[in-house]
Amino acid sequence: MIALLIRDMKLGTRAGGGFGLGLAFFLIVVVLVPFGVGPETGRLALIAPGILWLGALLACLLSLDRIFALDWEDGSLDLLATSPLPMEAAVSVKALAHWLTTGLPLVLAAPVLGVLLSLPAAGYAPLILSLALGTPALSVIGTFGAALTVGLKRGGLLLSLLVLPLYVPTLIFGAEMARRGAEGMGNTTPMLMLAGITCGTIALLPFASAAVLRVNLR
Amino acid sequence: MASIWQYANPRKFIDTTDRFLPWLSALALVSLVVGLVWGFFFTPEDYRQGSTVKIIYLHVPSALMAINAWLMMLVASLVWIVRRHHVSALAARAAAPIGATMTVIALVTGAIWGQPMWGTWWAWDPRLTSFLILFLFYLGYMALWAAIENDDTAADLTSVLCLVGSVFALLSRYAVNFWNQGLHQGASLSLDKEENVADVFYHPLLVSIAGFILLFVALVFLRTQTEIRARRMRALLARERLQ
Repeated sequence: MIALLIRDMKLGTRAGGGFGLGLAFFLIVVVLVPFGVGPETGRLALIAPGILWLGALLACLLSLDRIFALDWEDGSLDLLATSPLPMEAAVSVKALAHWLTTGLPLVLAAPVLGVLLSLPAAGYAPLILSLALGTPALSVIGTFGAALTVGLKRGGLLLSLLVLPLYVPTLIFGAEMARRGAEGMGNTTPMLMLAGITCGTIALLPFASAAVLRVNLR
Repeated sequence: MASIWQYANPRKFIDTTDRFLPWLSALALVSLVVGLVWGFFFTPEDYRQGSTVKIIYLHVPSALMAINAWLMMLVASLVWIVRRHHVSALAARAAAPIGATMTVIALVTGAIWGQPMWGTWWAWDPRLTSFLILFLFYLGYMALWAAIENDDTAADLTSVLCLVGSVFALLSRYAVNFWNQGLHQGASLSLDKEENVADVFYHPLLVSIAGFILLFVALVFLRTQTEIRARRMRALLARERLQ
């Protein structure tokens, strides 16, 4: 398992692995927002938590098809399926590797981008915490979507159509937590709900991902 | 021995539904016409909502069927996963576009009603939002069916998507409740409430709901038959090409 994790991390971070692409995308989204809504500080501060969450979500979505696509093409996915490692574990490791190479950098970059969107000072801690709690769920749900569409030639658009509705609860609670934090309100309820969603998806969704992956490898 | 599983045989399914289909369609037509005509022309106007209240005879049944169609797909998907009856998978596939259409009808009639009553076509109300999300789920489900060439693979993948989607649709339903307070009124009908809508509106509404349910069942039968025949045709063509 650890070997697989290290291998996936290496593949993800090396040139051509798309590492940094998600981050750059996140940056561009955030840079484009003031052009779209105007540069007034007050308005930007109002929408900053939501925009940062949306940007992180889209950046996460962008890199999903890489989770299985390359392994599918060169056949290492078949090797994984025949190895003694249960498919559920392999899928979980893949999701973890995706989070470490995509989700975690987004969490770390978010406060810097928060400055660009003039996020209120009180909003940084809730924003980072909400992203740290929520992005693992995004990776796990995304792994399920990637497993569904792995055999398809042009699965990219379909992947977004399948995964984005599944992201709704995570986005609602994550953005709500960040927004309430930025406005200085209590945000324990959305935080607990977000943590609950993340724990639930991590516990249950790998079984569904493994099941569809087995179907696709049949 | 009579058991529901005998209809897993496509031949048997087509024979039986063929016998029922004309009756079902006729009944659906009659109850829809009776329910809608009764509702539209022979009920008083509401003292606050005026004649706009009459859209309830389209709005409530379609919204009900939009959710029940997904539930039916969920049951059919479970049957496919557990017992692997092809008719079941095809029935789930057949129900999806109907459910999506019902969702659109509910959303559009709601918007038409909301414009004069709430003064807006659309509000980010929990019920409205969760219906929009349900519609997205239907779209994704249908797109996945359409994208995969192998029938069995498609059936497997879509049924898992249906299971996972159901959980997330339910989650979203309560998440949006938390996110925004509602403008939409409470349930018009429920089994455990003392008082529902006033009887003058209630009776035609029940007829209209029965009409929508019958229409849904008839359409699902018809579309499942079509799917079975289309698949049989493909098999015959493939066999011919081999010879």
